[in-house]
Amino acid sequence: MKKVLLYTIGFMTTVIVVITSCSKEIVGRTDNIVALNPGKIDINAGTWKPILLSAPTDITVAAPIATNTPEYIAQINEIKSFQANISEDEKRIVKYWSAGAVLRWNEIMRELVAKHNLPPYQNADGTYPFPSANNPLAYPQFPFSNPPYAARAYAYVSAAQYDALVAAWYYKTLYNRKAPYKVDSTLQVLVPKSDLPAYPSEDAVVEGVCTEMLKLLFPGDQEYIQLKAAEHRIARIIAGTNVRSDMDAGEALGKAVAQKFVARARGDRAGVAAGNQAYWTKLETDCKARGETPWISLENPARPPMLPLFGKVKTFLFDSLTAVSLRPGPPPSTSSQQMKDELEEVNQNIKNTNREKTRIVNFWADGVATYTPPGHWNAIAADDFISKNFSEVRWARNLALLNMSLMDAVIVCWDTKYYYFNPRPSQLNPAIKTLTGCPNFPSYISGHSTFSGAAAAILGHIIPDRALAYDAMAEEASLSRLYGGIHYKSDCTTGLTVGKNIGNYAIQKAMKDGAE
Amino acid sequence: MRTKFKQIKIVLLFILSSHLTFAQTDMDAIMMGKRQLCIGPGYSSSSWKNYWEGTLKRENLNLGTVSSQAFLLMGAYGITGKLNVLFNAPYIATKASAGTMHGMKGVQDLSLFIKWMPIEKEIGNGTFSLYTIGGVSFPLTNYVADFLPLSIGLRSKTASARLMLDYQVGNIFATASATYVLRDNIKIDRTAYYTTEAHLTNEVEIPNASNFNFRAGYRSNKLIAEAVLNKWTTLGGFDITRNNMPFPSNKMNATTVGVNFKYVITKNHALALIGGGNVAVAGRNSGQATTIYGGIFYVLDFTKKAKPSTKAEPVKTN
Repeated sequence: MKKVLLYTIGFMTTVIVVITSCSKEIVGRTDNIVALNPGKIDINAGTWKPILLSAPTDITVAAPIATNTPEYIAQINEIKSFQANISEDEKRIVKYWSAGAVLRWNEIMRELVAKHNLPPYQNADGTYPFPSANNPLAYPQFPFSNPPYAARAYAYVSAAQYDALVAAWYYKTLYNRKAPYKVDSTLQVLVPKSDLPAYPSEDAVVEGVCTEMLKLLFPGDQEYIQLKAAEHRIARIIAGTNVRSDMDAGEALGKAVAQKFVARARGDRAGVAAGNQAYWTKLETDCKARGETPWISLENPARPPMLPLFGKVKTFLFDSLTAVSLRPGPPPSTSSQQMKDELEEVNQNIKNTNREKTRIVNFWADGVATYTPPGHWNAIAADDFISKNFSEVRWARNLALLNMSLMDAVIVCWDTKYYYFNPRPSQLNPAIKTLTGCPNFPSYISGHSTFSGAAAAILGHIIPDRALAYDAMAEEASLSRLYGGIHYKSDCTTGLTVGKNIGNYAIQKAMKDGAE
Repeated sequence: MRTKFKQIKIVLLFILSSHLTFAQTDMDAIMMGKRQLCIGPGYSSSSWKNYWEGTLKRENLNLGTVSSQAFLLMGAYGITGKLNVLFNAPYIATKASAGTMHGMKGVQDLSLFIKWMPIEKEIGNGTFSLYTIGGVSFPLTNYVADFLPLSIGLRSKTASARLMLDYQVGNIFATASATYVLRDNIKIDRTAYYTTEAHLTNEVEIPNASNFNFRAGYRSNKLIAEAVLNKWTTLGGFDITRNNMPFPSNKMNATTVGVNFKYVITKNHALALIGGGNVAVAGRNSGQATTIYGGIFYVLDFTKKAKPSTKAEPVKTN
């Protein structure tokens, strides 16, 4: 019995020591990454083809003051005095922002999307309130950043960053004002040096784009966004990469470019994508008229379908007629044997689930309170881009290609969903319980599959040696929806194909934009 | 005080998924005699319709009533009359009566405790005793923690330390205890999540917790009947945001009140029935659960002597 006692005490002591000795502090994947030090500065990026601007000169950037003026020297001294009294917190923000402006603002965007990706709670009468952009802090807060909203937000911000950085590179080479540490060799620089001209600052361009775009997209989070922006601006001055006039010019350029994208966004029809009761009813009656079982909400009380007119939103990569042409043929009829078979396939997947399948379901779920599947593909891309040491302008260009693909994928997918208005498996067989939240919109085609097909195609073009890995991820993301019990196999396979077709438009664009 | 029997009770259903913590004897002032093994099956059923989303009490028509059933094996072994080892391991199945969400099931966590009674003395008309209880728990299977409120558990490895005081006069007793629970971080299947800020990792910090337990009532060798108040407090964590799903690192609090019974069937104390129930009277990020439970215990005597050593010993009372 003494042995039992000893073993037990020994075991418990070990466990307690192990548990208490482990720090509970958690380190995020990008918390401690090294400063961005681009392998190539892409000095000719001012000649790359912008997305919305006709040319970089659409926005005027005034010539900078000369580096031998008292004002410029005063700006150098501002850096020196910051560095002389640098605090731990200042060191922290210098390090944080040195990882890359495009990366950090992409992370902030994903954070805001996750924060706001919450479906509104119903009213007392069983109807649902809609968030109001004019009153963003009242419940339900604006926006409800569901996958279509999120994809559009990522696309606009990325595309605007890209255009603004192309313009920035144009003016950098035009004015060729050196970085402060090249003007004054006694100046310390706390991050890697670069041969890139410093005026206007690429960091401030990205910051200016984001603060301006996010006023539209996340109007209730201005305090947080302005805090981050102020931190970003000062971090680059403290680091010694830019004087204040580099930052001011960059921010102004970024905001000016963003305003053009804001104007586009205001007219892209996303604002009316929610539809109204008459339209929701029409979708149902039209579907019945075709002899099919129409989709119904499985929520209680029944929630209006998510953004049924999002399929009409203005695309980035192709025109509206092309968007319609990318819509696939119909799903199996709800009364067909094939549909019965596919329904049973879903049922069997749920009945015979295992831990590996639920891992896949959870890994790709990207549901409520997450950054959505488009955000997940941004995260996947960012992890790989970090290792590639892209210049800021190439980071922005690659994310713009990815996010335009994802947004256009949502548009074609949503057009398809509401064109066919096909029911979810749990509607046709209520015995099917799902291993992830059942989305409140029609089944055919799978959004995850469409996004993933598009993302894998363009990412595989950007980083060819990862192409097979991206395809495998897309395949897994697609199947996760079958494993979760919320999609039929044909939703997934057709979605992947449609997504790939959309991604190919981004590849065509990439091959002609001057960056390759 | 020594008795061959132990009680079963559910500590509380402190998370939305009604994870059952069948930590039956780490909170009572009962010890097994030397070389006596008390072992038996238990069953518990728990359900809630309303829950606290943060501090807001609400229902959820897309969950209906969330219920969980637990079957468990538990036991206690007397190394000496003053030093016991306890264990329990439940199998849990959950389901929601409405909506499309699938229930979950599986073997949850193994809990082990060492219970030591260093002090037992007569004070006034009664007997005062002091106990220290150390415990650990860890998941026995790779179940999914990140599917609340239907997950069967949080997967966090824990270590706990409890101090317990008991006073008995005649057949009337009162027991009070306080526990600090260290809870280890967990890993979930996804690579990012949002609490009150973004986290780009699959690791989740599970806040530590405290537990206060007070029980009082009648206790004899034949029958125990007691009222129990239990308060579980998560020391950290965040509130569920409006209409969001719960998350393993939520601040989950619960206060329950309930009753326990133990009845000895056989004369030689070898077989006993236990039962009871409780209701949540206050909570935060937890279900307003009603729970009932029961179990059968059998005592195996491993003493080399023919007669159980404890039988001859005077019980604490009378």
